[in-house]
Amino acid sequence: MTVLSPRTLAEACSAAASNPNADLLAGGTDLMVEVNSGHRRPTDVISLGAIAELREWSIGEDRITIGAGVTFAKIASGELATAAPALAMAARTVGSPQIRNAATLGGNLGTGSPAGDSLPVLAALNASVVLTSVHGQREIPLSEFCVGPKRTDRQPGELITAVRIDRLNGPQEFCKLGTRQAMVISVVSVAVVADTSSTSVRVGLGAVGPVPLRAPEAEAFAAEAINWSGQTSVDTETCRRFAELVRDAARPIDDHRSTAEYRRHATGVLAARALRRIFP
Amino acid sequence: MSSPTITRTGSSHRIGESAPRPDGIPKARGEFAFSSDLWAERMLWGATLRSPHPSARILSIDISAALAMPGVATVLTAEDVPGLSSFGLEHADQPVLASDVVRYQGEAIALVAADHPDTARKAVAAIRVEYETMAPLSDPRIALDATPIHPEGNLVRHLVIRHGDLDVEGEVQVEGSYEIGMQDQAFLGPESGMAIPTEDGGVELMISTQWLHVDRDQVAACLDLPVDKVHLTLAGVGGAFGAREDVSMQVHLCMLALRTGRPVKMVYSREESFFGHVHRHPAQLWYRHHADRNGRIVKVECRLLFDGGAYRSSSAAVIANAACFSMGPYLVPNAHVDATVVRTNNPTCGAMRGFGAVQTCFAHEAQMDKLADALGMDRIELRLLNALEPGHELITGQVITGTAPVAEVIRTLAAHPLPPAPDSITDSRLLPGGTGRTTDYSDVKRGIGFAVGFKNLCFSEGFDDFSTARVRVDGGIATVKCACAEVGQGFVTLAQQITTEILGVERVDLAPADTSIGSAGSTSASRQTWMSGGAVHAAATAVRDTLIARVARDEGVDITVLELVDGVVRSLDGTINISIVELTTAEPVEEEIEFHHAPTDELDENGQGNAHVSFAFSAHRAVTDVDPELGLVRLVDIATSQEVGRVLNPLQLTGQLEGGTAQGIGLALMEEIIVDESRVRNPSFTDYLIPTMLDLPDLQIAAIIEEPEPGAPFGAKGVGEAPTISSTPAVVAALRNATGLALTRVPVRPEHIALSADHLDD
Repeated sequence: MTVLSPRTLAEACSAAASNPNADLLAGGTDLMVEVNSGHRRPTDVISLGAIAELREWSIGEDRITIGAGVTFAKIASGELATAAPALAMAARTVGSPQIRNAATLGGNLGTGSPAGDSLPVLAALNASVVLTSVHGQREIPLSEFCVGPKRTDRQPGELITAVRIDRLNGPQEFCKLGTRQAMVISVVSVAVVADTSSTSVRVGLGAVGPVPLRAPEAEAFAAEAINWSGQTSVDTETCRRFAELVRDAARPIDDHRSTAEYRRHATGVLAARALRRIFP
Repeated sequence: MSSPTITRTGSSHRIGESAPRPDGIPKARGEFAFSSDLWAERMLWGATLRSPHPSARILSIDISAALAMPGVATVLTAEDVPGLSSFGLEHADQPVLASDVVRYQGEAIALVAADHPDTARKAVAAIRVEYETMAPLSDPRIALDATPIHPEGNLVRHLVIRHGDLDVEGEVQVEGSYEIGMQDQAFLGPESGMAIPTEDGGVELMISTQWLHVDRDQVAACLDLPVDKVHLTLAGVGGAFGAREDVSMQVHLCMLALRTGRPVKMVYSREESFFGHVHRHPAQLWYRHHADRNGRIVKVECRLLFDGGAYRSSSAAVIANAACFSMGPYLVPNAHVDATVVRTNNPTCGAMRGFGAVQTCFAHEAQMDKLADALGMDRIELRLLNALEPGHELITGQVITGTAPVAEVIRTLAAHPLPPAPDSITDSRLLPGGTGRTTDYSDVKRGIGFAVGFKNLCFSEGFDDFSTARVRVDGGIATVKCACAEVGQGFVTLAQQITTEILGVERVDLAPADTSIGSAGSTSASRQTWMSGGAVHAAATAVRDTLIARVARDEGVDITVLELVDGVVRSLDGTINISIVELTTAEPVEEEIEFHHAPTDELDENGQGNAHVSFAFSAHRAVTDVDPELGLVRLVDIATSQEVGRVLNPLQLTGQLEGGTAQGIGLALMEEIIVDESRVRNPSFTDYLIPTMLDLPDLQIAAIIEEPEPGAPFGAKGVGEAPTISSTPAVVAALRNATGLALTRVPVRPEHIALSADHLDD
């Protein structure tokens, strides 16, 4: 096994070009679990930890750019947390403090698990994924990046270098359900974000489909039902209908962590609660 | 080579003091040598090929590709087992290596030793096994009618208890069915050890285990070696809880070492560990309680069905315990228990903390609440009215001759203040759903639950249970030798405390636990404080008597005028004062004692007999906040009272109460090996969830009740298991109280609450 430790993005791209099937190592919180369990036997590893460019972020007028190497600990507080509160809420549910210190946003995307904690928020925030290789850069919407459970559109030789999300004016909420108070894999997660500028509501769903899902009908209903100019508070009936529409958008399965029926039910409950919190 | 050394237990602590564990700080600092840290020059690494199928015929095994791999020293199959081809804790029914048929997923088929662990794993993957898969027997309810999956049949044990007048009927009757999922012991240190061939043709095995001698006897039989050529030493144990009572890699390691002539080390991965040890029996239970109008229990009927999995392990003893303690700590004049444990192709089940009493306690405590409700009685009052007392007869006909302060356990806990219900909670970590922010305080309902449980201490049913200890005092320094396996229960401090208490020496060293001395019995059944503590007590007392006799002889006085106080032999008139340092510098003293508890009887055909030595009683009260709509739970408060005979080490007692309680909470809320068509779906700590700090509020100890138990050293009862038994039903009772749901199965899953028919219309 060879381990390459490039210092710059350019070096990393060349390394990835010459070792297109190399495993990419950032925080290692997914990769090392697979290695230690014997499920993955890396032949070549490109360690991305020394690349400063990947740990940068910038908060623009409309879009926030977060380097793929930014850890969840960084996202969970400070500037980024103020700019993207729902992403910070999701970041705080990732593993334990030790995991959050190591695990990166790019890694969460690279693994592409339907239960990845950041993914529903990224979906709600219209995320795009920046992929870089020696041939250049391309930026694709999250919906094109996630193609199936643990399957992404990242091509051999490409690195996830950054994620761009909307910077919104309005409240945001994220709820993740698991069967333990912390350090648990998501059974269902729901992100609901509001944008007062465009008078829109977006919903992202995790662990209830092969990829992170949106709930377009629920979003349209909420945008319509909410009195954007006056007192922004929602009544019980609006929450109920919203929950129903979000629930209908879920495509959950039965597995050893839960049942499809419960996941569908909980999706609706969490959606209603998130909306209630956003527009109390 | 790293190997166990003498443990200096540090400064002298007496009985009743919180002597710190000598291994405590090293473990916290990562410096303690666990069995997985063993290392030797030229050692090889062992690995095990396991069946992916729960039920299959083995048509052929081809090891040639594995053997040809560079770095592979040997590959062994069933043909290479030198002696007895099977092993087992109580009865040898499990093949050392499967040759013709596999009966559970993960059953061992072949072994590899190689110069690197990765090479060993690759070689395992290169072994070609041709299987003819069969439909597994997965449902214990049909096991007795199904084709036998083992030559010994699918019935492991059927036990009936008939007590009193079985025709009597109560005016008030309540009935219920209950189910318990398969819990894992979930110790943190996976199975690991090292075997080294010895010059005499024998083998030295360093292993983390609960009972060195029973391992040795099984290993020797399978290796076809006399027991004196198989020497076992306890290696650092990372938790046990019953899962190390059965042999896992012991025979395998020795086979590899003897074949290769080199030290061989093996460490199971976490996933392999789930297949490498037995679990708690899943159970299906039916109960009918009869009471008179005043709430006195008239009769209890129950049927218990335990799934033993593929091999016997300790199933026969577990089902006996379940039957004997099926009523809870209440006076039940008439009882009919029908208890069965069967064989299936599910994972093998055996010993786990609570040993059969956990399953039945969940059921009988739910029944007691139901009965109180049917009578319109307070639930605590009903328990107090029926509480066992000394002199009462158990359903086995045994009269309680020792202590049984059940009413006091209940009263002290009921009197303990409840936590206040706050006006609001905003920190999501203190709400159901925790850091996931699923729940607001307005979504929450609070519930309170109460449960009482009991079980036996030491081995039962006529087993001649003993422990052996040697105490030597040389120059005032005492050394204790005992094969007692320290698995976290605290013998390392108790051995020192007991010796110090009796001899007044300032330093006590603990020699490594190994098979060079007689058996100490198993570290299980809450028995080591009583048994190995008793052996150390007796050996230290013998040393004292020898010293006093020596002084009496030398000084020409009668032994009755001498006493040993604070390390000095002195006469009552004060004219003789000789320190133990002086006495043992001149001539060291050594005494070895084999300590037996009072004999017990087997149960007769009606399940009657004085089968048990002693009993421990505990109670828990749980307060839970429940989010009924999502089925999420936060345990707000957990309080306990336990009777312990006498407190020997308050800090360790607290540790046992906290740990035992936590394991019971885990069973109530999350811990389950999910078995689907006899396959384990969650063999990892990602998916087999155990409680974290956020799931466990600080344990409130309402009362520790001390009534010295006759026959036990210093009157102390074992405390390892009782706290596990009553915490599960207390938590679930609180959930029922909050939701109004029946909740007859543990662990309670969110969907059991959220999707219950009672809520669906909301």
